Parts: sequence; structure tokens; C-alpha cells
Amino acid sequence: MAWTWFHRLASPPHVYALAARLTPWFAWPAALLIAAGLWGGLVLAPPDYQQGDGFRILYVHAPSAWMSLMVYTTMAIAAAVGLIWRMKVAHAVAASCAPIGASFTFAALVTGALWGEPMWGTYWEWDPRMTSELVLLFLYLGYMGLRAGIEDTQRADRASALLAVVGVVNVPIIHYSVTWWNSLHQAPSVMRIGKPSMPAAMLAPLLLMLLGFTLLFVALLLVRLRGEVLARERAASWIREVVSG
Amino acid sequence: MPVEQLEVENLHLWRGERHVLRGLRFALARGACLEVCGANGSGKTTLLRTLCGLIYPEEGRVLWNGEDVQRDLRAFHAALAYLGHEPPLKADLTARENLHYWIGVRRRLGEEELSRALARVGASSWCGRRVRTLSAGQRRRVALAGLALLHVPLWLLDEPTTNLDGEGRELVGTLLSEQLGRGGMVIAAVHQGLPASVSPVTRLELAA
Amino acid sequence: MSSTGSPVTPLVAMVDSARLGGPHGLAEAMQPASALEAARLALLRDLQLAFRKRGQLLQPLAFFVMVALLFPLAVSPEPARLRELAPAVLWIGALLASLLALEFLFRDDAYDGTLEQYALSGQSLTSLMFAKTLAHWLLTGVPLALMAPVVAMSLGVVAAPALAGIVLAVGVGTVPLSLIGSIGAALTLGIKRSGTLLSLLTLPLSLPALIFGARATQLAIHGAPLLAPLELLGALAVLGITLAPIAAAAAVRISLE
Repeated sequence: MAWTWFHRLASPPHVYALAARLTPWFAWPAALLIAAGLWGGLVLAPPDYQQGDGFRILYVHAPSAWMSLMVYTTMAIAAAVGLIWRMKVAHAVAASCAPIGASFTFAALVTGALWGEPMWGTYWEWDPRMTSELVLLFLYLGYMGLRAGIEDTQRADRASALLAVVGVVNVPIIHYSVTWWNSLHQAPSVMRIGKPSMPAAMLAPLLLMLLGFTLLFVALLLVRLRGEVLARERAASWIREVVSG
Repeated sequence: MPVEQLEVENLHLWRGERHVLRGLRFALARGACLEVCGANGSGKTTLLRTLCGLIYPEEGRVLWNGEDVQRDLRAFHAALAYLGHEPPLKADLTARENLHYWIGVRRRLGEEELSRALARVGASSWCGRRVRTLSAGQRRRVALAGLALLHVPLWLLDEPTTNLDGEGRELVGTLLSEQLGRGGMVIAAVHQGLPASVSPVTRLELAA
Repeated sequence: MSSTGSPVTPLVAMVDSARLGGPHGLAEAMQPASALEAARLALLRDLQLAFRKRGQLLQPLAFFVMVALLFPLAVSPEPARLRELAPAVLWIGALLASLLALEFLFRDDAYDGTLEQYALSGQSLTSLMFAKTLAHWLLTGVPLALMAPVVAMSLGVVAAPALAGIVLAVGVGTVPLSLIGSIGAALTLGIKRSGTLLSLLTLPLSLPALIFGARATQLAIHGAPLLAPLELLGALAVLGITLAPIAAAAAVRISLE
């Protein structure tokens, strides 16, 4: 009995309808939370004693970086589910995650660079976090490139799923090796903001943004997922009913 | 009651958007031969590869001795031999070396036995030449020698008589008859029918 | 043809069919090959094939030397400068040469149907993939490791212990490179002109090996003990040996579907 919801999730028409119903429940709260977080972070929070107002880009940078990793993990889990239980919908979820995750990664890199320039005089300084983030972008691009390179959808699904699983196992190893490398060549890595010592007024908007970005991801995922399902199932009979009805 | 060795239940398979196998079902007993015919693109190769377990069907099962082959694919593979369109030979090895590796990976093979098998298919004079220099028909003969050497109950053959002359086709007929006589089974995808010497034969027609 | 009337396992069926006669009779007992024997044959076959096409073997080495040549030309021939660059040159060269050689790992086998036969052999595809990757390392990584000190000498490194350290570092470091590469090569099977995609997939995953290997090389050149990065390289190699063949086998099966 407990598994019926799992099996229903495997049915494309069900997922298509479910995604449509759920999207507004994620999209609106996401918009509200992000608005509140931006207001709190850009306007209300006091300036940092070291960096003045320049630190505020943290409110976009940190959630983007966090999401880039979370989306990759989600993608890998969906991919594993698709591989093991051969669920087409799981593969559709993984495929939908990739561009969203890559965008978050790109946003994290750009905001990181924009932050660095006025603060430390250089757009890019090879600190472990940013370097790992850049490698993560390439992992996303590799995933999307592999998908694009294989014509047969089913084979593309399974090959890229395996790549995602291999990638997720490697991410901690890569991060460790980059941190190790960095510790050899310069002083302790540049900490963007001392997390534990952040006053509540600074921290609260950050948490709001984090939550908002998470909900935003789910909303975007649901929208993309509907598109994926539609494209994959275009020959199926239920599509005709949905489109005409 | 004869023990049915290979059974196929309600096989459904899609390739992209094409519904290639639509609820296929049959059973094959020992000593039986199934001839799969159909036009190009009707799914003969796909069917053979699904029976091998290389392709996973969306619905349905393949049963070997009553057990779903997916439970223990390796044991099933140990009991079958599959020959695709092209003979599985490395161009830069000799015929003899190819068989040594191909069969050796699966079972212990003596030099004597290998020589006999090559002689059987008429390869003795050219089995020391690299496969690159052999004709398509000669390569096919080497593949047949390998097939006979494997000693497995189930043969899955994709157009086994391609590129063979009349004598070659007779050889295929003899090999298949021997396999059936031993209690083995053959499933062969063909364009123009198997040699007449092979019997009894059940035909399965695949519609495109 | 009468049947035995009882359910038979595949192995018994094979023995039965021998008993039932046929031109081969009982003289050749059907002994299935052990996993070790199968892996040994797979390894030997790839080695024998590589020696039949010796020219192809030399290409990655030639590429390695070529890349090493580019750096002095592009930077400066000053020995001190070159010695500083040597770890980078050696490792980037080895990495790119290794990538080039990956093409040969599965491509031919996929085209002529022998990879399929491996998947259908009833043997563990994982151990066969390990055997092939081992062959690849013996044919690529080891020659690169032996060539590296020669290239290093051209870059101003002369101390014997330094050169020995370089052989060790490149030798151990190319193990994870071959292993990770085998996964990428298996995933991109059948994709036309997959060279760039293969690099895109393999390079990020090879970064740890590059980092530890380059550091080990750097320490070797400066005469410092290189145990720490070498141990990390070794750990990568062991992790790779355990996991990569499994992933490569899965990728091969996916490509055969």
C-alpha cells in the first residue's frame, strides 16, 4: 500500500497533471521568500564591519552555490532511481534538473567574481570553493553534452544517469583534492563571510533566500518536467487527450 | 511431457517510439528450431538481442528452464551462443588466435579440438592468416567453427548463411542439424529460409 | 528426441548434450573457464593486438614528447624556468596523451562485435573490463612513466633520485587516469567524433590525480620526500581499481542495449 504512490509517480500522465497542480504552490512562496530575503539582505541588514555594503552580494551568491550542489545531488538521485528501477519519469526529472543546476552554478561563479573584484581586487583567485564550483559547472556541461551526443533517448538517459552517479561520487574527492592543493600554495582560503559570527539580522535574510531558492528550484523543475514529459511521450495517446481537452 | 527449455511471455519492446515487439509469446523445447522471418526492420535482430538479455523489454519475460533469465543473466549467457550480423573476429589476429581467445574466455579449449573444428569448416589451409585478409565467407566459416566449439544448448543466430556459397550453406545445415540432434535449440533470424536439411522448423513471422 | 523428463540446469544440459552424442563425443569435457583465466585471456589478447599494430602504440608517446616540446618554445629555454614548469608539462602531457589513447580501448571491440561477446560470455564483465583497462595502462601509462624522465631531463631535471621519483609518480598516477578514462570511453561508445566530449567528461574527474601527481613530481624535482602525495595517488588508484571497472561494465551494457 505504501508503494502505490511510488508506482503512480512512474506514470507520465499522472506526473504531468501533478506537476501542473503543484507548481503554483512552490512558485508563489518562492517569489515571496526571495523578495523578503532580498529586502532583508539589501536594505535591512547592517553593513559588514569589514566589507561595508559589498558583502550583500552574498545573498545571491551563497544560495546559488548551495543550490548548485543540491541540484546535482537531486539529479544524481533521480538518475540512480531511473537506472535501478528503470523509471522513465526519474530520467525525465534528472534531465530537467541539469540546466537549472548549471544556471545556479553559473550564477554562483559570476556573483563570486563580482564580489571579489571590489573586495579583493581580482575577479578570480582560485580559492578552493570557487575552483570546485567551476569544476561542478564542467560536470554539468559534461552531463548535458553526453545527453545531447546520444540520439536514442533511452540510451542517453541511462548513459547520462551513470555519469551523474559517477560524478556525485567524485565531487567530494575533487573538492578535497582542490582544497589540499590550495592549502599548499597560499594562506588559509579566503572566507567570504565568517558564518558562525554572523548577527541574526544578517543571517535571517540569508536563510530566507536559501529557502526561497530551494522552492524556486522545485517550481522550475516542475515546469521543465512537464515539458520533458510532453516531449518524451509525444506519440502516446494520453497526450492527444490532454492537448485537445 | 517434454520439458520446455526456453519460454517467452508477453514480450513488449519499444525502440524510441516504435512498438517493435508486441506481446510476443512462444516456447521452445529441446531439439527444436525456430526460424524468425520478416522484412528488413521488422525487429528480427531486436528480438534476438532481447532474448539474449542484451535489451531489456518494457514488459514480459524470457524464461530459461522456468526461471526468469534476469535473475541470473550470467548463467543464462553461459548456456547460449549469439552470432550477430558480423562475425565477432579481430581483424589483426589469425582465425586460430581469434577462436583461441573467443572460446577460451568461456571454456577450456585444447589445440587439437581447435584444429579439428577449423578443419571441419574447411579453414585448415588459411587459418594462420590474419582475418583482415580473409573474405566475408571465410570469416563466416570461422564464426561457425567457434559456434560449434562452444558446446552450448541454445544458439541464437542472426542470418547465419550470409556470404556463404552453396557448400557453406550445407555446412550450416549440418551444424544446425547436429545441434538439434544433441537436444540443443536454435533460433535463427533469416531472410530466405534455412537450409532444407534442418528440421523440424517452426516459423515465426514478424510484421513490420 | 527423448527428454530426460526432469528440470535440468543449464550446466547439466550442456553435459547432457555431450552425452547424447555428436561428433565431439566425451573426449573434450566442457570445463567452463575460471574468471581469472578469462581475465588473463582478455589481457593477453589486447596486448597481442597492440603489438600487431605497433605504430599505434607509439602515437601517445610521440604526442607526449611533442607537448613537452611546446612549452620551452612557448615560454623560454631557461633551465631554471623550465625546471619550475616541469611538473606541469609532464602531467598535462601525460594526461592529454592518456586521453588520446583511450580511443583505442573499446572502439574496435565495439565495431567488430567482440565487446558484445564479452558481455555474453557468462563471465563477469567487470573483471573483463578490469583486464582491458590493465592492458591499456600497461600499453600507455607505463611507457609514459618511462618516457617522463627523458622529457624531464630535457626540461633541466638531472638528479637521479628526482628522475626515479618522476617515474614513480607518473607510473602510479596514470593508473587512476586509465581507470577513469575507461568509464568515459565506455559511456561515449558509438558517438561519432566523441574526442572532445570524452575529454570534457574525463578531465574534471581526473583533476585529483593531476593535483596529487603534479605535487609528487614537484617534490621529487626539489629532492623532497614525496610520500604524502604518492600515498594519495595510491589511494585514488585503489579506489579506481575497485569501482571503475564496475562502472565501465555498466556503461558497456548500456551501450549494447
